[in-house]
Amino acid sequence: MTTVENNAPAQEIGRDRRRKEDRRLITGRTRWTDNQALTGLLHLSIVRSPFAHAEIGSIDTSAAKQIPGVVAVYTASDIGADAVQLPCAWPITKDMKSPQRPALAGSRVNFAGEGVAVVVARSAAAAKDAAELVEVDYTELEPVLDMEEALKEGATLVHPELGTNENAQWVFDSGEAGSGGSATEALSAAEKADDQVVITRRFRQQRLVPVFMEPRSTVVDPSGEQLVMWSSTQVPHILKTMLALTLGLPEHKIRVIAPDVGGGFGGKIAVAPEEVVTLLVAQKLGKPVKWTETRSESLLTAHHGRDQIQDISMAVTKDGIIKGLDVKLLADMGAYLGLVGPGVPILGAFMFNAIYKIPAYRFDCTNVFTTKTLTDAYRGAGRPEATFGIERMMDEVAVELGLEPMEFRKKNWIKHEEFPFTTVSTLTYDTGNYEAATDQAMQMFDYDGLRREQEERRKRGDVKQLGLGISTFTEMCGLAPSRVLGSLDYGAGGWETASIRMLPTGKAEVVVGVSPHGQGHETAFSQIIADKLGVPFEDVEILHGDTQSSYRGLDTYGSRSLAVGGIAMVKAAEKVVAKAKPIAAHMLEASEDDIEFTAGKFSVKGTDKGVGIQDVALAVFAAHDYPEGIEPDIDAHATFDPENFSYPHGTHLCAVEVDTETGFVQLHKYVCVDDVGTVINPLIVEGQIHGGLAQGIAQALFEEAPYDESGTLLSGTLVDYTLPSAADLINFDTANTSTPSTTNPLGVKGVGEAGTIASTPAVVNAVLDAVRQYGVSDIDMPTTPFRVWTAINSAKGTAGRADEADVASPGAGLGSTAKDMPEGGNL
Amino acid sequence: MARIRTTVDGLVYEDDVEPRMLLVQYLRERLGKTGTVIGCDTSNCGACTVHLDGLSVKSCSVLAVQANGSEVLTVEGLERDGQLHPVQQAFHDNHALQCGYCTPGMIMQSIDLLGDNPDPTEQEVREGIEGNLCRCTGYQNIVRAVQDAAQKMKPGATASQPASVAGGGA
Repeated sequence: MTTVENNAPAQEIGRDRRRKEDRRLITGRTRWTDNQALTGLLHLSIVRSPFAHAEIGSIDTSAAKQIPGVVAVYTASDIGADAVQLPCAWPITKDMKSPQRPALAGSRVNFAGEGVAVVVARSAAAAKDAAELVEVDYTELEPVLDMEEALKEGATLVHPELGTNENAQWVFDSGEAGSGGSATEALSAAEKADDQVVITRRFRQQRLVPVFMEPRSTVVDPSGEQLVMWSSTQVPHILKTMLALTLGLPEHKIRVIAPDVGGGFGGKIAVAPEEVVTLLVAQKLGKPVKWTETRSESLLTAHHGRDQIQDISMAVTKDGIIKGLDVKLLADMGAYLGLVGPGVPILGAFMFNAIYKIPAYRFDCTNVFTTKTLTDAYRGAGRPEATFGIERMMDEVAVELGLEPMEFRKKNWIKHEEFPFTTVSTLTYDTGNYEAATDQAMQMFDYDGLRREQEERRKRGDVKQLGLGISTFTEMCGLAPSRVLGSLDYGAGGWETASIRMLPTGKAEVVVGVSPHGQGHETAFSQIIADKLGVPFEDVEILHGDTQSSYRGLDTYGSRSLAVGGIAMVKAAEKVVAKAKPIAAHMLEASEDDIEFTAGKFSVKGTDKGVGIQDVALAVFAAHDYPEGIEPDIDAHATFDPENFSYPHGTHLCAVEVDTETGFVQLHKYVCVDDVGTVINPLIVEGQIHGGLAQGIAQALFEEAPYDESGTLLSGTLVDYTLPSAADLINFDTANTSTPSTTNPLGVKGVGEAGTIASTPAVVNAVLDAVRQYGVSDIDMPTTPFRVWTAINSAKGTAGRADEADVASPGAGLGSTAKDMPEGGNL
Repeated sequence: MARIRTTVDGLVYEDDVEPRMLLVQYLRERLGKTGTVIGCDTSNCGACTVHLDGLSVKSCSVLAVQANGSEVLTVEGLERDGQLHPVQQAFHDNHALQCGYCTPGMIMQSIDLLGDNPDPTEQEVREGIEGNLCRCTGYQNIVRAVQDAAQKMKPGATASQPASVAGGGA
């Protein structure tokens, strides 16, 4: 028992703590899955189809088996991989068409890169050598590449057994939902009214690849009582449960470990065929087995993202008040349905209305099968697509009406005094202040000054023209209220858990159900626990990513780790304090009613008597003297199910210089002011925004995964899939406003996806703002020099070749051919 | 098989290797130097960057046999008596890493860059690390870290508390 000292630790929440994670990462003492070296470990190489769509005839493995070091070569049926049905957890409609997705193809391949056989060898090199000797006899079928063609009568079917290439149609109509009027009526009324117009645009969301830096890897050791899988995954808990359900294994006989995971961005939310193949081979041979992909395998077969055609119509009064919004999407699923693939465009359904008061809204999405790599979550998942659609539309309509684009937005957005605000898509935004974020951003950006400079450059006919682009965005994240997920037919809940184990020496182990892969959870979560328990930051250890210690969780995606997982931690800490309180009262020989808890100390009101929570931990370990009728234990577990999403928002402003002679786009200035609610660690928040911006900007300027006319991916290496390097980007000016969320006790909102969701339309709006003066009205993403140059010259009537003028051709251009993609990348 | 003798992070190794074995495979698979990682197969990403006789190389584009008789330094050999290299320290101080997968290569390349140019401008840093890809950070804090390390490594500079790098915050 100690006397209360009046030296409460400094508040941790809000501090720019350097990360606990860094030490091992900067010294090379890492635990990537591929680092695993178990005795007798065997290596896999998967034989993959070079064709997009083909019947599999015979497979000759005899030559491969002759390679020294090869242990086995299996076709799909040898290990039962053809009979597996890999899971899709989000059947978005009752009548959704869902093909069987095997772990290896048995009779037909449906995208280039699909696995058909697997080689097992003593070394990875021997496995690869042998894989090249596996002879597969294919009969080619027509590929299915264009979504609109795929939906036509008589189109070649990806999966003939489904009778259609349509996966599902999902519709939201505010008139039917009762959350607004009928958009169809609003549009037809606007067409008849003199003071209104209907403006329609088609936008193309190109196909992207997440490109986490650590290639995927899986190791399975079947030798223990529990089969152990290490995998480079974002979702160890979901993976474990899905392996049990998919393969019929007893769940308690599986342990999944996500060790250090090198990025995910949605790309590692999966039950991957290769994970299942690795497991099946390990079981068959009774030996530990490793599969690690090459980068080309990753680009070809790890799931892709985006890939939509957006037809958007807005009814608006001539003085700039939005009357209705109609959104029609085609979303490319690729050849199969991923874990949450069909639901990704549906997440966008709630976000096209964005920060605006729109009285009537209709969203109609058709998901389409093609013979391409499947699409699933990629940073933002549905919300970047929606934000792009609406924010591009806001600029288009402003131009048509002759309004300043920010003024048009201001006329329509939800004002800060109108929160909480229930939107036309039925969400209730708890807090926000779009005016404050915008005012700060406009001032940091020097919007008026840049407009003047733009005017000057135009007047003097500068080769480098300036363009300014805006994106005032919000998003829904912190996935998710379980009841909402249930209403959307999602296959799981959205809760999260945390357990706190108070060790005898007063240190705290916090077991969390979320699973980091670069976010800095160990640091930010330690800060929360330090404040809530009043223990030193250094005395907290965050345990994650191993289903043996963390048996219950729903993992990391949708900017949920803090907004959902963080709250579970707060609840668990409250339980620890509540359990410790009667024991502290007993130790202090006081009534529990007289005990108060502040900064890690229980004290008797009005006295200087007190005892630290870490001392209580030791007292219950000894358990020599504690109150009767309670257990000598202050550990606690909590599950938090959010009542609402969180709604970060912000204003992003981008200035670009467009070289009108070469079409080269140079970022000139980028300012963003984001409101992510309460900030736990400003350093980590800033880092998340930076990285998010880089990915969103990359969609606008650099990245694309196109297919040729035979269904071959043209960006199968990092030579062709052009991630931005440091030299392609600039320093971003970032800041925060804060309207704390009122739906969770920390007041936090998610931050992981904000930068990516917001930035893409700001950049494209800026590019178009620079070149509209020449008559250019749209340029497909990525806005490469070739596309920009062609757009300028075709608008001016000076294009070199007529066939190059087609720079914005959604549908036809959606990956079916890539004639406008210059050889060797697009930088 | 070919016999090679190399010094890696100060220790001498002698091994028989397949002539086709890449240096990065030798480091990872034979020496257990898993701090150096593989991020691609076209030498674009730079995650495998190490120093070969004092110069940065992508160890996926060097054969192990080419390192015969040479000195190799990896990220695992940078610490001296428990003290981080100033570039390692600067990466920590400036939050220049998130998932950390590109970090070993990025640090090795940054050290090489500072050897050539002890006081680089922002643009010189950006161009100097152009061959190393990062998907998490947007590079801003990496650039800041390299410039911070440059200041700390100047003759006469003393280790001091890192400047606050956080922009916003509540």
